[in-house]
Amino acid sequence: MMDKVFDSFESAVADITDGSTLMLGGFGLCGIPENLIAALVKKNPRHLKTISNNMGIDGFGLGLMLEKGMIDSHIGSYVGENKLLEEMVLSGRINLNLVPQGTLAERIRAGGAGIPAFFTPTGVGTVVAEGKEVREFDGKSYLMELALTADYALIKAWRGDRLGNLVYRKTARNFNPMMATAASCTIAEIEELVQPGVLDPDEIITPGVYVDRIVLGTVFSKRIERRTNRGEN
Amino acid sequence: MAEFSQSRVDPRERIARRAAQELRDGFYVNLGIGIPTMVANFVPEGIEVILQSENGMLGVGPYPLKGEEDPDLINAGKETVSELPGTSYFSSADSFAMIRGGHIHLSILGALEVDRHGNLANWKVPGKMVKGMGGAMDLVASARRVIVAMEHNTKSGAPKILDACTLPLTGSGVVKMIITELAVIQVTAEGLELEEIAPRTSLEEIQRLTATRLIVREPIRRIAI
Repeated sequence: MMDKVFDSFESAVADITDGSTLMLGGFGLCGIPENLIAALVKKNPRHLKTISNNMGIDGFGLGLMLEKGMIDSHIGSYVGENKLLEEMVLSGRINLNLVPQGTLAERIRAGGAGIPAFFTPTGVGTVVAEGKEVREFDGKSYLMELALTADYALIKAWRGDRLGNLVYRKTARNFNPMMATAASCTIAEIEELVQPGVLDPDEIITPGVYVDRIVLGTVFSKRIERRTNRGEN
Repeated sequence: MAEFSQSRVDPRERIARRAAQELRDGFYVNLGIGIPTMVANFVPEGIEVILQSENGMLGVGPYPLKGEEDPDLINAGKETVSELPGTSYFSSADSFAMIRGGHIHLSILGALEVDRHGNLANWKVPGKMVKGMGGAMDLVASARRVIVAMEHNTKSGAPKILDACTLPLTGSGVVKMIITELAVIQVTAEGLELEEIAPRTSLEEIQRLTATRLIVREPIRRIAI
C-alpha cells in the first residue's frame, strides 16, 4: 500500500545532509512549513543553499536557520524583513541572489516541468539582465532565465491524503505548488490528514505524484506580519 | 470639489484620489504598497474594478474587522485582507503568468525616481540594506499601463522626477503617467508633458521642484478631486 505519511517532522527531515539545496514554500510568513523548519533547525545541517521568496523574520521562519548559520547561499525576491541578513550579506557570510518574484516563480515551475530555460521581459534594461542572453521576439527584448531545481522542497499545505494529494488554503498557496514539482524529494506539512477520496478530485491542486512525504502537524503558530483591520467587529 | 476642501486633505490622500480617477469599469488592477494601496478607498461610484495581489489573489477585499484577521489571507504587502464574492486564489506562477501575459490592465506603484524616458527606480537605495525587487520588475515590464503615484519630492525636498534616474532601475521606459500631490504628468516620446497642476501652485513652482524640463501645452487643467 502506498503510504507517504511520516509520523514526525524529525523523521521527515532526517536524511537532509550538509550542502543540500532546499526550496521552502511561503510568502512572508504565510504558508511557510514552520514545523519542518523547526525540525531542520534541531537537526542542524550546514552549508545549505536555500530558495524561498523571503527569508522569514528575525526569530521565525527561515530567520531561525539563518541565525544558526545553516545557510551559505539564498535565492529570493524580497528579504527586507530580516536585519540579521543585512549584517551577514555585508560581512560576506552569506551569498544572496535577488531575483524578480515572477521570474523566481517561473524558474521553479520550469524546473518541475522539464523546461531548462525560458525568455521573459522582466528585468530587461536593469541589473537583472547583466550576463544574460537577450533575444528579440516581435521587436521586443526578453531575457533568458534558467530553471531551478532542488534536492528537497519543504512545503505547507492545508489538507492532504496518504497518496500525497494536496489542497492549499487561501493565499497560503503561493510558491508551494511549484516547489512541490521541482525537487527530488518533496516533504509536505499539512493541517488535516484525510482518507483518499475525501478530497474532491476536481479541486486537488498538487496531485500526489509530486509529493514524497507527508507529515500532519498539530500546532501551527501562523504568525501575522502586519495585522491590519478596518474597525471593530 | 472646491479647492478650499483640498487644503485639509493629506497630500498622500490627494494623490490616491487623483490616481483613482484613472480606473475604468471592468479593470483588473494591481496596487503597490503605500499610496497606491490607498487608491482602493477612492474607486469612483458606479465603477467595478477587481484588485489583483501578486501573492496569488484576484478580488482583494478590504481589511478585515478586528478579530477576523486570517493568517492565511494576506496581500502582497503582508497585510491581512478579506475575501469578496468571486475572489479566486492561485499560485505565484499563475499570478505572474497573469501579469506577464498582459491580463492586468493597470499597475499603480510608488517610486524613488522616475525620469523623462519613463524609466523607473523603486527598489534599491545604494548604501542601504538591499531588500529586493519583489514583484515590481515583473509588474512594470508587463502590465498594460503603469502609473507612478508618489510624492513630488523626497522628505528632504530633493526632486524625484529627473532627466535620468540615478538609482538602479526597476524597468526601462515603462511608466506612462506620474501623479503627485502637485501635478499629473504624461510620459511622451518628446518628454514629460505637464497635464494638470494642483490648486494654489504654479507652473514655475512645479518646474522648480522637478529636475527635468517639463513640456507645457496650454491650457493646463487644475487637478480636481
